[in-house]
Amino acid sequence: MTVEAPERIEPPRPAERRHGEAVLRRRRKALMWTLCTTLGAFLLVMIFLMPLGYGAVTALKDKDGVSDPDSPILPVAAETFEYEGEEHDVYAVPMPDGSVRELALLEPGRESSVFIDPDDPGAGPIEWEGRWRTLEPVSGLSPEWGNFAEAWNTIDFLRLTGWTLFYALTTVVATVVSSAVVAYGFARFRFPFRGALFGLLLATILLPPAVTLVPKYAVFLQMGWVGTYLPLIVPHFFANAFNVFLLRQYFLTIPKELEEAARIDGAGPIRTFLKVIVPQAVPALTAVSLFHFFYAWNDFFEPLLYLAGNRDIVPIGVGLSYFNGVYNSEPHLIMAAALLALALPVAIFLAAQRVFVQGIVVTGVDK
Amino acid sequence: MSDLTEAVLTARHRPREPRRTASSMQRREARWGFAFISPWIVGFVLFWMLPILASLVFSTLDFELTNPDETSFVGLSNWDRALSDPQTWSALLVTLRFTVLFLPLSLVVSLALALLLNSARLKGRSFFRLLFYAPSMIPLVAGILIWQQVLNPQTGWLNRIIDLTGVQATGTSGLRWFDNPVLVLFAFSFIGLWGVGNTMMINLAGLQGIPTQLYEAAAIDGAGWWRRLRSITLPLLSPVMFYNLVIGSVLIMQYFVVPWVLFGASGHPDGSSRFLLVHFYEEAFVFGNMGYGAALAWLIFLVVAALTALLFGTARFWVHYGTERS
Repeated sequence: MTVEAPERIEPPRPAERRHGEAVLRRRRKALMWTLCTTLGAFLLVMIFLMPLGYGAVTALKDKDGVSDPDSPILPVAAETFEYEGEEHDVYAVPMPDGSVRELALLEPGRESSVFIDPDDPGAGPIEWEGRWRTLEPVSGLSPEWGNFAEAWNTIDFLRLTGWTLFYALTTVVATVVSSAVVAYGFARFRFPFRGALFGLLLATILLPPAVTLVPKYAVFLQMGWVGTYLPLIVPHFFANAFNVFLLRQYFLTIPKELEEAARIDGAGPIRTFLKVIVPQAVPALTAVSLFHFFYAWNDFFEPLLYLAGNRDIVPIGVGLSYFNGVYNSEPHLIMAAALLALALPVAIFLAAQRVFVQGIVVTGVDK
Repeated sequence: MSDLTEAVLTARHRPREPRRTASSMQRREARWGFAFISPWIVGFVLFWMLPILASLVFSTLDFELTNPDETSFVGLSNWDRALSDPQTWSALLVTLRFTVLFLPLSLVVSLALALLLNSARLKGRSFFRLLFYAPSMIPLVAGILIWQQVLNPQTGWLNRIIDLTGVQATGTSGLRWFDNPVLVLFAFSFIGLWGVGNTMMINLAGLQGIPTQLYEAAAIDGAGWWRRLRSITLPLLSPVMFYNLVIGSVLIMQYFVVPWVLFGASGHPDGSSRFLLVHFYEEAFVFGNMGYGAALAWLIFLVVAALTALLFGTARFWVHYGTERS
């Protein structure tokens, strides 16, 4: 590309030329590296996302296509042509003039058969001399879009999504509101044992929840909450260590002068929090909401435990696992269901990825 | 997010604020502070402290969900049973074995991807970042179902691709990812690596926080890529890696969803999918042995605590907190 350009300008002196060649060589090397790295990354990402391609292809196959180990990669089926109310298979037929035409078989015969051209049925039937059984059937791409409809109905997709959304949205509100309040307390007020309490809060990130489950389950069972969403939702009203940590980090970066101005105007701490802090912290609050939304969408263990007796209201993860257990002989339906289940979260992620990525940086390392 | 580990590490050593006579202003401030954090305090007491203590009490009871009226105090016999149950030891071993395989793998892969995505040599970085992160957004169960088919020994793409290289992977004597106790760990690892995006992003943010002057200075001194990685990147990234290591090991000790969705509590193949939490879940909530379950839960708690303490103990030998932060 730019390799020969400098040489055309004028003959440089030897020292300069040596220098110019070195620069060129370095630039060419850099270009090679860029090319190799980008190409390598491309290959890597193809391998990384390969299962998605497999899922998409499998979801569009019919049952035979999935279970046949030698089946073509893409969802294909033998092509047929409807003529005068009947389905006829399409074959690749070598014609006397040496060409091969794709014709539908109307009347099979031992030594000669009657075909019709699907592209031009008006031209009438075509006699063909030869054994039709030696002909290759023509297959074409035939995606079974109906698999998605079938999977949609079988897992009752709308109901699963509805409950999952209900669970995710209520707990997003609950945890973001309570965590923001608690985070403000840790960020702006001095009180005894603040450091110790904050350490305790962080320690709960590392505690395995299993150790609390047995008594919690026993109590929730006594209260009649097992089989409802209450044990899943209520604890989120009491803040979550991770969210508190992230929001506190962000609140610490908001200049104190703003709050002091509000206080001089006679605003109490609650008013200051609502009118000054919350509007300033919208990016962090959005990020935390998104994080929690995906967490809730993925939550499996607790819904499995607390909703076990009530299969009608389980969220999508648990619903999919039940479906997988029952329909394991129909992989194409399972793939269609999996793709349905991932469509909404991935779409939300792609739409909100800027906020998301910023959120990781805003709430994470740099503060 | 290395601040989190820093905060944990330094929480104990923070100097006390000098004692002053509490003015009414300070008392007012403290009251407001407690008022703001009160939701967490209530939640901590209700959903952490009391249940943890109650678990300890439960572990001394013979308490069955199906028969709660005949609950009786049995002392340490649940603990005795937990420690002599071969399934407990097998579950612990299975969990630790997977930790030893997957934790280093995920840390190395996430670091390598972060280095790639941070490289000035890569064109379209935000595009690649999006694609490598995307599988982390796929609901875990959907991801498991997809991998279950990809790793199908006959029809899955992985074995069919391996077949193309001339090695026979399909067929009964081929690579049966879900029927072989060793291969299944790799199947779990593939599924796990699909969710490596979060760790990757944390690493990437850490890499972007390293001052570029350091690299410029090193380049002037003639340091190559490997030398810069070893002498600048890795030490400065060590707090982030420590964070990933601690969070990762705590999470793997509670590994549940993947083995459960694939194999339930069956432990197939050969006990390899019966992780600690699977064992606990079945004993406590499928069989309803709450007392025994509580003992197992406390055992898991102790193992996680020991592991975390071990990691924090090693931190001072390799985690580098020398940089000043703004």
